[in-house]
Amino acid sequence: MPDHTSSLGAAPDLAARRAVMALCGEARAEELRAALAEIGAADEPEDLRAPETGLVMTRGRIGGDGRPFNLGEATVTRAAVRLPGGETGFAYHLGRDRAKARLAATLDAFWQRPERREAVEAALAPVAARRAEERAAEARRIAATRVNFFTMARGED
Amino acid sequence: MYVAVKGGEAAIANAHRLLARTRRGDVDVPELAVAQIREQMALLVDRVMTEGSLHDPDLAALALKQSRGDLIEAVFLVRAYRTTLPRFGASEPVETGAMTLHRRISATYKDLPGGQVLGPTFDYTHRLIDFALAAEGEAPVAAESEPLPDAAHAPRVTDLLGNDGLIEPSAPDDGTPPGDLTREPLDFPADRALRLQALARGDEGFVLALGYSTQRGYGRTHPFVGEIRVGSVAVEFVPEELGFPVPLGEVALTECQMVNQFHGSAEVPPQFTRGYGLAFGQSERKAMAMALVDRALRAEELGEPVGAPAQDQEFVLAHCDALQATGFVEHLKLPHYVDFQAELELVRRLRAEHAARRAAPETEMKEAAE
Repeated sequence: MPDHTSSLGAAPDLAARRAVMALCGEARAEELRAALAEIGAADEPEDLRAPETGLVMTRGRIGGDGRPFNLGEATVTRAAVRLPGGETGFAYHLGRDRAKARLAATLDAFWQRPERREAVEAALAPVAARRAEERAAEARRIAATRVNFFTMARGED
Repeated sequence: MYVAVKGGEAAIANAHRLLARTRRGDVDVPELAVAQIREQMALLVDRVMTEGSLHDPDLAALALKQSRGDLIEAVFLVRAYRTTLPRFGASEPVETGAMTLHRRISATYKDLPGGQVLGPTFDYTHRLIDFALAAEGEAPVAAESEPLPDAAHAPRVTDLLGNDGLIEPSAPDDGTPPGDLTREPLDFPADRALRLQALARGDEGFVLALGYSTQRGYGRTHPFVGEIRVGSVAVEFVPEELGFPVPLGEVALTECQMVNQFHGSAEVPPQFTRGYGLAFGQSERKAMAMALVDRALRAEELGEPVGAPAQDQEFVLAHCDALQATGFVEHLKLPHYVDFQAELELVRRLRAEHAARRAAPETEMKEAAE
């Protein structure tokens, strides 16, 4: 396998790249298709590795914070593409959506072109907004079930 | 001697066609969509994922549809499917302390940072059949309120106890990869990591009954529910070609921290001990039962008398897997014609000998009398 880590920049870049990867994982395939259409990328990526579904063993920790143990596997689908300019993009997502993994890998590749970075992030902004709204609504429903304890007066005074 | 038996192919093929027809049920009733099972039979889907030891809600829902709702058959399908896939590797251990909480309760502390959050629970329901559900209606609307500022910060209860040294610390991560019973057959004695893997995929009913047995006195552990938390955690994986942790997405988990019988010695002041349970989805009963049995299986390590079934790791771990159990029980249905013929002949011969023995003294007595 060639060394793809060379395309990886400094730590802040890594955090931004991971954020885009996380967003792509949460997106629906059609949202990623729309994002790719929006950045107007004419370059067709080639498959570095055809999309493939496999397993990742999910690990927990004993007691939540101790030695790791194997909880159970999860289906994961991965894809790797290369743009004509040489940028390589990767995707690893829970689930079995091969088309989505390839779309995400393509977006990851475009994100690595510094002049495209902003456009990719802007095209994914609707996904971020949708997920933020869903999370906030969920958090409000959960918050309504939080217990407010009150102590009964004992009648001693 | 094994005698090959042929025949029955047509009957088998037709039985499978009949199964497909029977699975569909009354065709005047609309067919179930997999998404309906995933969304509306969610706890069953969680159980198939947990015992199938494979996180994939759509696949578990499909397996349930194919198995006509038979849980163990669905687990079988999921386990068979996973054998067809390559293993990319193992995730980074999930951080349950950073879980986005859907539910979090403690039976040991009333007030704790992050609060007690009930979430969607059957607790406190009256368990009366709701006939309104028999009719289709509007989607119910949940109450909402603004989360309190500390809602996002809910440290594990065991961390709070641990800060004061009141509970034993978890065994630290020494960097050795945990054993994996899907790769190497289980060998006894199994370490705690392997035991937890086996219990996590173990049959909920079996683990529940064992946990219950410890409460009834067969290996008491004096448990308190330190905390149960249900919610989603991020899963990360480091692909070789990238060399940094890639976010795979979020999985829903249930974690149970059981706070148990305290121990002390000349060197260590008394502190509580712990039992741990973790399962995919909202699987509270399973996580609780698992934590009880995890603690019971630590009896020897903690210098407690060992003798109850739940403390016997060979008994527990060799029998907790529903698929292994059903395989051996259900294989009795398969043709045992030759074995049985041998037994039949043996019984016939013994009966003949028995009859001969009973007849013989009579003849002798008759001869003596004459």
